[in-house]
Amino acid sequence: MARPTSAADAAGLGQGRAIAFVLPALALIAVFLVFPALWTIYLGLTDYRLTGLAAADPQLVGTDNYTGALGDPRFLSSLWLTLLYVGGSAVIGQAGLGFALAWVLRTRGGPLRRAVEGVVLLSWILPSTVVGFLWFALLDRDDGTLNALLHTPGFAWLLDHPLLSIIVFNVWRGTAFSMMLYSAALENVPPSHLETARLAGASVPQQLRDVVLPRIRRHILTNLLLISLWTFNDFTPFVLTGGGPEGRSEILPVYVYRVALRDGQLGAGAAISFLILLINLVFALAYLRLLRGRRRHQEITAAAGPPA
Amino acid sequence: MIRRTVGRLAATVFIAVVLAFFTLPMLWLASAPFDDTPAITTSIPEFTLRNFAAILDNPYALGSIRNSLIQGGGAAALVVVLAALAAYALSRVRVPGRDVLLYLLLLLSSVVTGTAAMVPIFELATRLDLIDTHLGVILVVSGGLLPAAIFILKDFMDDTPTSYEESARVFGATPLQILRHIVVPLVRPGLATIAVWALASVWGGFLFQFILLRDPAKAPGSVILYTLYTEGGAPRLDLISTFSLLYSLPVVAMYLFVSQRYGFRFHGGIKR
Repeated sequence: MARPTSAADAAGLGQGRAIAFVLPALALIAVFLVFPALWTIYLGLTDYRLTGLAAADPQLVGTDNYTGALGDPRFLSSLWLTLLYVGGSAVIGQAGLGFALAWVLRTRGGPLRRAVEGVVLLSWILPSTVVGFLWFALLDRDDGTLNALLHTPGFAWLLDHPLLSIIVFNVWRGTAFSMMLYSAALENVPPSHLETARLAGASVPQQLRDVVLPRIRRHILTNLLLISLWTFNDFTPFVLTGGGPEGRSEILPVYVYRVALRDGQLGAGAAISFLILLINLVFALAYLRLLRGRRRHQEITAAAGPPA
Repeated sequence: MIRRTVGRLAATVFIAVVLAFFTLPMLWLASAPFDDTPAITTSIPEFTLRNFAAILDNPYALGSIRNSLIQGGGAAALVVVLAALAAYALSRVRVPGRDVLLYLLLLLSSVVTGTAAMVPIFELATRLDLIDTHLGVILVVSGGLLPAAIFILKDFMDDTPTSYEESARVFGATPLQILRHIVVPLVRPGLATIAVWALASVWGGFLFQFILLRDPAKAPGSVILYTLYTEGGAPRLDLISTFSLLYSLPVVAMYLFVSQRYGFRFHGGIKR
């Protein structure tokens, strides 16, 4: 009798049955994940359209879509807006505010700590589109709720500052993740080390640089990679501004949607999607590299999902 | 001494500002549905339940919550069952190339996003006749969630001892029986985590639902929000806020329930 290998095939599965168990999941992944990725590459090389002649009989056009996109000022502006958006809302906003919160709550939070964490966490639990509309309502129009509260009439957020609006939205709903991750990371910093530094007269920036940073470098990298990837791929800002006015908040996901599905240029949209896919690949490879060798629940789970 | 006082003051101000930033929108969400004129909060809100009645009158509002339940529940069930089967096999049997497979799956799931696969997914759904069907949304979303779900569940299963399974096998239980009666109860927290995560993903999800469903009678709540406008094209803030509140409550309740029952801490990406 063939002895099952190491992990003791306790259930008597055997390789054949094991494959049968894995197959349904793999089939679904193959059809709805692997195949679309490959198909996007092919479609990006064609002049495929939603309607008209090229809908029935798309032709291969080589790299026309790519040169077309690179020559399109709207694509370049979209790329630039996306950089600003990811940099402002994820890197500076979510990670920056998240770290500051984690740090302040840990060092000076006192009895308020749980309450503040709870409130921030709630912003993460609320469905994304609800948060989108929440901010839409708050920022909408001259006499919107936020202007009334801040006593800043005439500051038309969505119309005059569309990028800033979606940045505020993304900071609000995404900071919780960074805050929790940094809270966990700061547990790795022994309080006695901080105390020693403080007694030696180190200022807060010095403490952060010399004591905290070296110990949580990995967490910072993990955090930045994940939230940048999620923000970069998120379509929800569409709910607030639809990319407008005049494309001034048209980040890449919205740009792809407009080109491919609203203007019906499927081939051109697919080409830009493929560029996004490549950028995602860089982020994901970097993340998996960080992950390798230490599969801790927390980090694995973090891979589970972008705030949809 | 002075530095300490300044530091404490700065920290207090910081916490107050952050608290206001996060609390005010929630207060709006909690109060606007009961407000007669939710756009202008400078006046004292005039309490009313009329907005809830108006939501019930909307032809798509209640139906959209049912649609969200069908799509979210369907995806959660599919993901939990398929991921449990796959994770179990991958955890217990040494399939050649297993680690590479898992690595590739995780890589793929973060690379192939809605934004990157919008066109082919739309195409695929059109050709498979899945446009305007709940099944289309369920399959597409499940395909995206499965890799991470398998990964997480495998971790849970690796942590459970195999001795019970061995004895059950001695008594003649089939692998499926063993999985159902022995392994599933052991990894229930993991399964609950995955189910909540999948359901919440669909509940808040927008892009795929938006591009795959044209018929408003099939649209989930996350998309129906987008249609609550006046005839003149202005958003109906009274309806939007009321519906937002109704639509959020189940997810928040589910989180509270599951985290209390199974004690899963807030880990990273476990929200959608």
